[in-house]
Amino acid sequence: MLEVKGLVAGYGGTEVLRGIDLSVGAGEIVAVLGANGVGKTTLNRALSGLIKPRAGSIRFEETEIGGLKPAAIVSAGLIHVPEGRRIFPNMSVRDNLVLGSYRRGKPGRQANLERIFTLFPRLRERATQAAGTLSGGEQQMLAIGRGLMGEPRLLILDEPSLGLSPLLVEEMFALVARIAADGLAVLLVEQNVVQSLELAARAYVLENGRIVVSGQAKDIAADPALKHAYLGL
Amino acid sequence: MLAPDIILAAVLNGLMTGSIYALVALGLTLVYGVLHIINFAHGATLTAAMFAAYVAQTALGIDPYLALLPVTLLFFVLGYAVQRFVIGPASHGEDRNILLVTLGLSIVIENAMLAIFRSDTRSIDVPYAFESIDLGFTFLAVPRVAAFGVALIVALLLGFLLRATDTGRAIRAVAREKTGAALAGIDVPHIYAVTFGLGAASVAIAACLLMPTFYVTPRAGNAFVLVAFTIVVLGGMGSIPGALLGALFIGVVESLCGLFLGESLGQIGIFLIFILVLLVKPTGLFGARA
Repeated sequence: MLEVKGLVAGYGGTEVLRGIDLSVGAGEIVAVLGANGVGKTTLNRALSGLIKPRAGSIRFEETEIGGLKPAAIVSAGLIHVPEGRRIFPNMSVRDNLVLGSYRRGKPGRQANLERIFTLFPRLRERATQAAGTLSGGEQQMLAIGRGLMGEPRLLILDEPSLGLSPLLVEEMFALVARIAADGLAVLLVEQNVVQSLELAARAYVLENGRIVVSGQAKDIAADPALKHAYLGL
Repeated sequence: MLAPDIILAAVLNGLMTGSIYALVALGLTLVYGVLHIINFAHGATLTAAMFAAYVAQTALGIDPYLALLPVTLLFFVLGYAVQRFVIGPASHGEDRNILLVTLGLSIVIENAMLAIFRSDTRSIDVPYAFESIDLGFTFLAVPRVAAFGVALIVALLLGFLLRATDTGRAIRAVAREKTGAALAGIDVPHIYAVTFGLGAASVAIAACLLMPTFYVTPRAGNAFVLVAFTIVVLGGMGSIPGALLGALFIGVVESLCGLFLGESLGQIGIFLIFILVLLVKPTGLFGARA
């Protein structure tokens, strides 16, 4: 479904990604792991069109999407739930969700809204409240809900557990499992290694802008040397 | 002490002047709310629209009220194009640059009009210019009552657009969270341009409503924008209801000050309020905290 080959990207004079190969199959949960500053966010920004790749190809459902504008990539069904949530703080929870179907999923808007309110009852309670008044966990739910409103074929979740309390982190991973159980492909970009490896089928470990380890999540989880070397466990 | 009739008449006249201010202020506050800059070309745009209404009447024989719709559409398209193809590309994503580009644009537009129309004061003749409605205690000029009605309708429509349509929601989203908006599939440069187009359209409406009773020179728009800026600060930068209520309030203040202090000192009250707001409540009546 997603095929990334030799992806190079960066900012100004700095090259952050130095040739990334990565793939996500239909209905698969794939984790991208790595510490701060290894290029995880840059990878996501390149995939969703916020920055232009310098080289390499990004194919999504057999079409080249590298270098397209974010709106075109959303239209294709690749939706990125960004790190730091990036919700619209001045707008109601409902309007935030409605805008998730601005480019894609408009005909199903009402049904999807209902589905998301069922998935996140907390958001229904706060539907008319300004999104900026929500707690961190609720804002993360809203960001994921907004992503789901666009009926994604592949959902990129960028650090969904960042800044949440341990209990909420558990909840967040359980939720990602539930979303993916419906057959949605998920690219999970996380620092939270243990839980990501439990959830994902396959994983990539990113270091210094390169993929240094890739394989079945359970194999990576079972290899103490590997985990120690790259993931600090 | 003045008779209550006279004061009431001054208040009504102030509300009607305020409604024109409202249209100018709405455009200014909308662009500020989304692009986070004061559009320095706003006054020149108003002047250009007044000349458009002037030309429509004198050269084509189209009444300013009939010209309202085409001139508004034309200015929406021009505003859209200027943001999309001039201001946007020239600013390289920096808000400060947008400010300077609009300043440059205002100079270009003003001087183009000076070259075409000279600095003469021009006005148009319409048969209804001096028609009035007799309220018993005062007369209200028909063109000013019409302006008041149209301005209120436009403000309500704009409010509806922002609240209840996808484009309006996108405008509000882009105003606060550009990256989030882009990732929701919103074409940010397009929404910027739509916002700029709406700002130009709102002064175009103001221009067509003004022309039956006002005159135009190549700098005529600036006086309105100066007052509109005060209104935007009073109402809260970026606030639509703030711009509307602030405009009506400022219109009344100007009218009452004119009544008590003499016509030429009418604007003193406006600038006293401006200073007071900056001192006491810099976020304005409806402004969000930064």
